[in-house]
Amino acid sequence: MDLAMANNVTISLNGDAMAVPSGTTVAALLQLLHVETAQIAVEVDGNVAQRERWCEISIAPGATLEIVRFVGGG
Amino acid sequence: MNERDRDRYSRQIRFSGIGLSGQQRLLDARVAIVGCGALGSFQAGALLRAGVRCLVLVDRDYVELNNLQRQWLYDEEDAACARPKAEAAARQLLRLDAECKAEPVVAHLDAGNIGEILDGVHLILDGTDNFDTRYLINDFAVQRGIPWIYGGAVGCYGITMPIVPGSTCCFACLYPQPPSGVQPTCETGGVVNVLTSSIASFQVSAALQLLCGCQSDSCITTIDLWGGRMRQIPQPAARADCEVCGLRCFSRLEGRRREPVNLCGRNAVQIHSLRGPVDLLMLKKQLLPLGEVRANELALRFFVPPYEMTIFHDGRAIVKGTTDAGIARNLYARYVGS
Repeated sequence: MDLAMANNVTISLNGDAMAVPSGTTVAALLQLLHVETAQIAVEVDGNVAQRERWCEISIAPGATLEIVRFVGGG
Repeated sequence: MNERDRDRYSRQIRFSGIGLSGQQRLLDARVAIVGCGALGSFQAGALLRAGVRCLVLVDRDYVELNNLQRQWLYDEEDAACARPKAEAAARQLLRLDAECKAEPVVAHLDAGNIGEILDGVHLILDGTDNFDTRYLINDFAVQRGIPWIYGGAVGCYGITMPIVPGSTCCFACLYPQPPSGVQPTCETGGVVNVLTSSIASFQVSAALQLLCGCQSDSCITTIDLWGGRMRQIPQPAARADCEVCGLRCFSRLEGRRREPVNLCGRNAVQIHSLRGPVDLLMLKKQLLPLGEVRANELALRFFVPPYEMTIFHDGRAIVKGTTDAGIARNLYARYVGS
């Protein structure tokens, strides 16, 4: 295992395993994914995280995240 | 409850979650369905069959052939004569139950009319196709303390959440601002017909529980129908600093100038009533020399290739064939007058 890989942690995002750098915050993850933040909520380990705390919450190894999109069609 | 209703609703009465007292509450309820498209038309049919006979049906649109894939209450005749959806829904509901007291409202719900249209309802079901109306409903529902059930669906993905003022978070707690930019719509992304009925079923289930006086699940439910995946997440607590339910600032209920709006998922613009009620028969006479006109007492359709205008008796119009509000306004001014 090279050094770069050693600093990654594996998380679950919307049911799929994903490697992110250790210490990645929710806000950084969303930036990485180019997600439009106005129309989503983020669930971390079963609870919706308040959006103003996205930049404080470091994603722990093995964490389960769900990006909940709200949509307009009907 | 009379014997006929005891028989009609016997399978619900036998279900312990509803029972006789719950059924009576359903029969006494008055519910608004805002938007009678795929979600709303399913909700209306399901609620009526469950015994909710007083239904306020609000929709600004008319039935088209491409609606029939997923909008369960309508048929080819409705599409052929461009029947307003609220009227078409009410007609069909009366066939299902002659005691139905559907109140069709063919109008665009806005700050100026929401108080009058939704006055006295016990619950609001979201069948809309746009964010502005949902934020308006949220303001109104929180201000009046009326539960409403959000639902949205595009492609194979849908989401729903009950909002019970004083008990759950509100829509603005979770999503303080509407999204900006291009959004996926049923036109661009398509939609699977049983997705909308699935989301609408969850909405109706939450509505039935609330109307029966049961505690509804305070969950956000998402469905990825094609992937066979459903998730339920507990709703977060209401935010003390939420502009709507925390600070009770209902900015969307304040009257504003009504601009033309692009219709979600359609190459069309809606022009709000600029001049009040329109005499459709007189308008038909005026327009006949200029192009093809179809009219009934509720709506008139005028073909001006590449555009198609549908004018309702309250003066509102939908201009199809453009997303440019200026073109739509010009056509309105040219053919209807403003």
